[in-house]
Amino acid sequence: MNIVDFWRIFKRNKFGVGGLIIILIFLIMAIFAPFISPYNPNQTNPNLFLSKPSLNHPFGTNELGEDLLSLDIYGSRISLIVGFAAAAVSVILGLLIGIISGYMGGLIDEVLMRITDFFLVIPTLVLMIIIAAIIGPSLINVIFVIGLLSWPPTARMVRSMVLSIKEWPFIESAKASNAGRLYIMFVHVLPNVIPIVFANATLAIAGAIFSQASLVFLGVGDVTDISWGEILHYAVSSGALSAGDWWYVIPPGTFIVLLILGFVLLGYSFEEILNPRLRRV
Amino acid sequence: MERSLTKYFIKRFIFALITIIAIISLNFYLFRIMPGNPIILLYRSPELSASRIKILTEQFGLNKPLWEQYFIYVYNTLTGNWGISFYYKQPVFNVIIPAMINSLILLIPATFLSIILGIFTGIISAWKRGTRIDFAFLGTALAFYAMPTFWFGAILILLALYIGGIPISGMYTIGAYNSNPISQLIDLLSHLVLPLITLTLVYYGQFTIIMRNSLIDVFTEDYIVTAKAKGADEKWIIKKHAVPNAMLPMVSIIAINFGLVVTGAILTETIFSWPGVGLLIYDSIMARDYPVLQGTFLIVAITVVMANFIADIIYARLDPRIRYQ
Repeated sequence: MNIVDFWRIFKRNKFGVGGLIIILIFLIMAIFAPFISPYNPNQTNPNLFLSKPSLNHPFGTNELGEDLLSLDIYGSRISLIVGFAAAAVSVILGLLIGIISGYMGGLIDEVLMRITDFFLVIPTLVLMIIIAAIIGPSLINVIFVIGLLSWPPTARMVRSMVLSIKEWPFIESAKASNAGRLYIMFVHVLPNVIPIVFANATLAIAGAIFSQASLVFLGVGDVTDISWGEILHYAVSSGALSAGDWWYVIPPGTFIVLLILGFVLLGYSFEEILNPRLRRV
Repeated sequence: MERSLTKYFIKRFIFALITIIAIISLNFYLFRIMPGNPIILLYRSPELSASRIKILTEQFGLNKPLWEQYFIYVYNTLTGNWGISFYYKQPVFNVIIPAMINSLILLIPATFLSIILGIFTGIISAWKRGTRIDFAFLGTALAFYAMPTFWFGAILILLALYIGGIPISGMYTIGAYNSNPISQLIDLLSHLVLPLITLTLVYYGQFTIIMRNSLIDVFTEDYIVTAKAKGADEKWIIKKHAVPNAMLPMVSIIAINFGLVVTGAILTETIFSWPGVGLLIYDSIMARDYPVLQGTFLIVAITVVMANFIADIIYARLDPRIRYQ
């Protein structure tokens, strides 16, 4: 399926187009945050302790008197950065491990797949919490912790695709013309797995955004960086949630939900398009 | 038990065993390879006196070579000596076990409810494929699937505060003494309501999606076409032919996602202050209580591995093809 065909089918997919629009809105919000947000998000004001939404502060203020609308707008940046960067790390790693495992077979395959199973089975969020707590919670560390622990599903999927691709005739002819293993793996096999991997990357991004928000919410991660998880963390730890201060809690949570939903919808539509059995008639 | 099943059982058992050994080793190296060796971490903790640190150093052989420390660590882990909590100043094992029991009180009903709800909505969605009902059910499932646990919990807390009368935090009413076990149980159940709803709804969505797609896949199989050609009733085909076959992938998905349910439980417990392993993890992060963190990872990981092992065996019993792979 070429890109034009793909776009033609995609255009008619309500879920997919909806997801794409949501993601674009948040991208614009993140890029233009300094121009959109009404205040400097770090500007405190002791007179505005947890004030309700008003005309001056449409989303209210937090316990430091910071404008929550500005914080919520700036928060989109970290979610998107971590989402894309961590997903890139995990997809590249999963792609490499999947291709090597599937194409080489034998002992290498066995060892790599047992390692993959190990990381699939263990509850990764707990491991992320522990590693991030030990190595220190900088943004880069959080990206790598999430990326390095979320590759197994990609690796499994790529491996099963490579297993069938390597039986195709053109691989046979490449072998006959004495092409090296590395050459076949990366020149012949790789381009054939890329489309599906790309489609699944949207789910990896959704997962990474969720992991980052969860880590920061639990107090692991850089709490000085503005992010939606961080805002929620302080909403709970400052007691604003149990006091019923809804304006502190609902917007950042809703933004996380919408952004994750955007990527999940996009991924789901890709799956529907690439798997003809699921395609709506 | 058939021979192929026995062979499969042994294979899965060995994998589970190796996984547990790997988890224990990982746990050991994490806290030693990372910056700040355990002795420094001990000294950094304001809760411990110098003499106490000396005793701990001796007990865990922290002044011995690394390989020797490893064997001491494995021995200690297997015998339930998981170190002393910096914060609670009690053996880690004694801190974790009651929390584990509290977690299971929440986890077990939530898992069952979300699976039942997921299967039910998935069947309806697949049956009404392409209609508005399908769209609504699938949309709801996707929305809950994408919903971060802590946010949904927070919304429920706000709602409960608005309505009033529903406990939003803890497991029992603080300060209330119930001599009567029945009223104590009612108190517990009323505290269970919100966390249980949260965990169930956040996790049922993935089961709906998988059940729906699995059923739609099954609908294209020849035996369904045959049954239709024979003029069988549609409801009967779904009940007798499609659902049992579509259930097979569900079993493995339930097993794989068990780790995710645990993640959800951690977040749910944190937001509702439910005194389980999740809240313990949160408190330990806040108190920099590394021995407890290490212990919670151990117990959570081992529980998930065991649950997976059991699901694997159930799957192999249900689907003989698996055993020959």
